[in-house]
Amino acid sequence: MLRVDVTKQLGEFSLEASFSSEGRVTGLFGASGAGKTSLINMIAGLLRPDRGVITLDDETLDDTSKGIHVLPHRRRIGYVFQDARLFPHLNVAQNLDYGRRMNRLADDPAQRSRITDLLDIGSLLDRRPGRLSGGERQRVALGRALLSKPRLLLMDEPLGSLDEGRKVEILPYLMRLRDEGIPMVYVSHDAAELRQLATQIVMLRNGRVTALGGVKVLAVGTPV
Amino acid sequence: MFEITPAEWTAILLSLRVAIIATLVATPFGIALAWLLARRNFWGKSILDAAVHLPLVLPPVVTGYLLLLTFGRRGMVGAWLADHLGIVFAFRWTGAALACGVMSFPLLVRPIRLSIEAIDRRLEQASSTLGAAPWQVFATVTLPLALPGILAGMVLGFAKAIGEFGATITFVSNIPGETQTISSAIYSLIQTPDGDSAAMRLVVISIVIAMGALIASEWFARRATQRLHGN
Repeated sequence: MLRVDVTKQLGEFSLEASFSSEGRVTGLFGASGAGKTSLINMIAGLLRPDRGVITLDDETLDDTSKGIHVLPHRRRIGYVFQDARLFPHLNVAQNLDYGRRMNRLADDPAQRSRITDLLDIGSLLDRRPGRLSGGERQRVALGRALLSKPRLLLMDEPLGSLDEGRKVEILPYLMRLRDEGIPMVYVSHDAAELRQLATQIVMLRNGRVTALGGVKVLAVGTPV
Repeated sequence: MFEITPAEWTAILLSLRVAIIATLVATPFGIALAWLLARRNFWGKSILDAAVHLPLVLPPVVTGYLLLLTFGRRGMVGAWLADHLGIVFAFRWTGAALACGVMSFPLLVRPIRLSIEAIDRRLEQASSTLGAAPWQVFATVTLPLALPGILAGMVLGFAKAIGEFGATITFVSNIPGETQTISSAIYSLIQTPDGDSAAMRLVVISIVIAMGALIASEWFARRATQRLHGN
């Protein structure tokens, strides 16, 4: 279970969000500028809240009143960025293996081939990120995050940089991932996407949570 | 005309040794300082930045003299090093390497700093979310991505070190076999009657070494860029 109750001032913009989620896929929904990315950056530990608490299961990740701030590399929270952020100096296989090496996990060929099959990236292993299409890059980024064995997976508009055709290509993989059982926080400004993927919605507007609940809340208001 | 005498060989090999050691020892410090200047904000940063560039703008003889005052046998640091660690710089080839290292340091640091500043920090964030501790982020993302700049800095530093003259001769003099590098050997030869042809040979050799360094740096830079752009 993920519990977030934070405030953060970013220039003129103030973020004040509180929600908890037990859903398998929590959809963070809102227009651009609503504070979605800042919020998941705080969950990842990349951004430190001014005040507040973030807990995951029974572990406190942030508690400003007690001075607790667990660093990103100790959180075991995977992150799939909108722009993939594959390491350009490593090939696909090395990118996929990166999290395992950093966490000093034992080599797990079975898991690796399962994930590469799941995402259909087995034929790309020798390639450099510069030689991948946008959709391929995003699939590799998904695989890379999964193979670091996270206990929570954050996805920041993983389809955002893709055109319609590519979105249709990736969406089935995301549905498969959802059925893998790793809890996810999925950020999107696209209600249709979230209707397909999310089990619970947190709606964000101007840095405030305006609605919480099942996917039905998506019908109430579309972001401006 | 192109018979290289043993004395000339000595100067050539000494120059190479001095420049290589100076570059290799200075590089880790250069990387650390470049990272500090590229990434951190601290009190006195602009003073440190200026101090690093000082050897570039000071007359070399001033740098050499300051080195003599500091690292000479009676210098503050020099006396301590000699008494406690047995390290002597004055009138030794190690002193020549120190002078060359200091003189070439700004040229070494600058390309490294620029390449660190050019790194997409979002890649470092991605690395940390995959479980990399800060030192692992540095070793597996920052350092490899800065490699073209590091190589460029090393070649530039080496080229400067091998040609260094003023600070070296002021600090460690011009002792054949100990501190007489190609530059100071040429200087001695052109002041000697009949030294012209020997001086010419050393001039040709300097040109060959310099050209070799430049070609090598181009080649490294091209390879490194290819590596980074992921093709």
